[in-house]
Amino acid sequence: MPQEENIKQELIKKFSCLENRVNITRPRRLFLEVDPADFEKVFVFAKNDLNFSHLISITGLDEQDKLSFMYHLALDSGIVLNIKISVSKENPVIRTVTGYFPGAEIYERELADLFGARIDGLPPGNRYPLTDDWPKDQFPLRKDWKPIV
Amino acid sequence: MHDSHKFKIPMGPQHPALKEPESFSIALKGEKILGVEIRLGYNHRGIEKACEERSYIQDIYLIERVCGICSHSHSTCFIQAVEEIACLQIPERAKYIRTLIGELERIHSHLLWLGVAGHEIGFDTLLMYTWRDREVVMDLLAELTGNRVNYAINTIGGVRRDVSEQQALDVLKAVDILEERTKYYIGIATTETSIIKRLLGVGVLSHEDALRLDAVGPTARASGVTRDVRRDDPYAAYGSLSFDVITDNHNDVYGRTLVRVKELLESFKIIRQVIKDMPAGPLSVKAPRKIPAGEALSRYEAPRGEDMHYIKSNGTEKPERVKVRAPTLANVQAVKHMLKDRYLADMPIVIAAIDPCFSCTDRLISVDYLDTNRKQIIKWQDLHAYSIAWHRRHGIDFTKLNKETRGAGF
Repeated sequence: MPQEENIKQELIKKFSCLENRVNITRPRRLFLEVDPADFEKVFVFAKNDLNFSHLISITGLDEQDKLSFMYHLALDSGIVLNIKISVSKENPVIRTVTGYFPGAEIYERELADLFGARIDGLPPGNRYPLTDDWPKDQFPLRKDWKPIV
Repeated sequence: MHDSHKFKIPMGPQHPALKEPESFSIALKGEKILGVEIRLGYNHRGIEKACEERSYIQDIYLIERVCGICSHSHSTCFIQAVEEIACLQIPERAKYIRTLIGELERIHSHLLWLGVAGHEIGFDTLLMYTWRDREVVMDLLAELTGNRVNYAINTIGGVRRDVSEQQALDVLKAVDILEERTKYYIGIATTETSIIKRLLGVGVLSHEDALRLDAVGPTARASGVTRDVRRDDPYAAYGSLSFDVITDNHNDVYGRTLVRVKELLESFKIIRQVIKDMPAGPLSVKAPRKIPAGEALSRYEAPRGEDMHYIKSNGTEKPERVKVRAPTLANVQAVKHMLKDRYLADMPIVIAAIDPCFSCTDRLISVDYLDTNRKQIIKWQDLHAYSIAWHRRHGIDFTKLNKETRGAGF
């Protein structure tokens, strides 16, 4: 898997903090985890220098005491780079990526509604996907959330 | 609707066939659209949460119901991720059968779309034809899987039903009929001046905007974006098959029409190869009930574009997390852009052109006159009639073409 390996080496060369944190799980799939403070640098490098020009989506994950967010970026040649960041559940603030991918707006609103993420820099707009009268402190995709019968 | 008035038209929100229903609030000045606000999520069913509380096997059937049309797309996308985590190598024959059902699903979806598009512009004979032809593929899907939709052909580790020699012959026979019909539609789409005039330059999405807004599927390919998961990130049997990725540079509804009809020809090509090259062998491998801890991301080229599933497992029989991003969610952003500064009369076809299954529910549209506070309720059918009449006044009338094509080719 030469191209995947090249991408991995480029990332590690540019960001020493990614040493041992980039995994190639199969052809065309890379997973990496980065500290929130370094996220934007890595994300912009992937988009501008490595040509990951397509944001497929953003996945939210409830991982016990923290919330994680995984950005799925694709190359036109089919390689997908999954960049994961984790923040505390008490203060789940992440920076918007709509400045780089305007289409990310709806994915970020979904994280806000279903996981309670606070998206710094996201302009006000309609919520998605929950209803306008949904309680503001109920986040259905968190593990401790159970439907009220 | 007089030119001097400014209106705000809320449109939607219910259409239960999709995971991502939409509601559009459209600001108008006279007949021109000033801007569009989109509100999604009215029919969010919590399928991702429900998947976490069910076993992988149960989830296949739940995931298959994310969409009534792309059902095989979702179940295949889901199952590929699960198989990757469990390190299952599925038999070659199963890969070919998944590809066959996937392409038949694309044909049924594209023919359905062509009919809806015909209806939205007032060319109802086209609707009658394409939906009759679509029955050929629906019958075939019923013969192969037992169902017209929600085929339940997939299981973890392979497929649940084989394709017999007789069924393979039936598939080839049906493909011949459908190919002839598709060529007839391509002829209509490329020569009929009414269609060309009605669709050309409508709902424009430039190449740059398609890339910037991350549009997917035929919507992106009609703006010259050569992205197709089947070729870029091959799954099932696509890596061993030869086909072209259809693109177009019209950047409008006309381009989206051409891409879809030409994609039908590619699907026929793929199906013929699948039937010819399908290897003999088992249909599935034994899958464990508990899936080892891990994660995988799977992509699938659904009829409407790229579908994505991310699965995280925790070693139990239930997934830790199931994330679905269906293609309409990616394309709905582009619609906002396509509608700006266009005429209200083009709204039905522009929205229909991303193929969001928009026409499956009855809707009410209320018109708020922003300058007089007067309210008026109009139905979707009335908006449709308004659109037809508006274009008739502007010289595009399908009455003659409807009559002329009736009975053509039979």
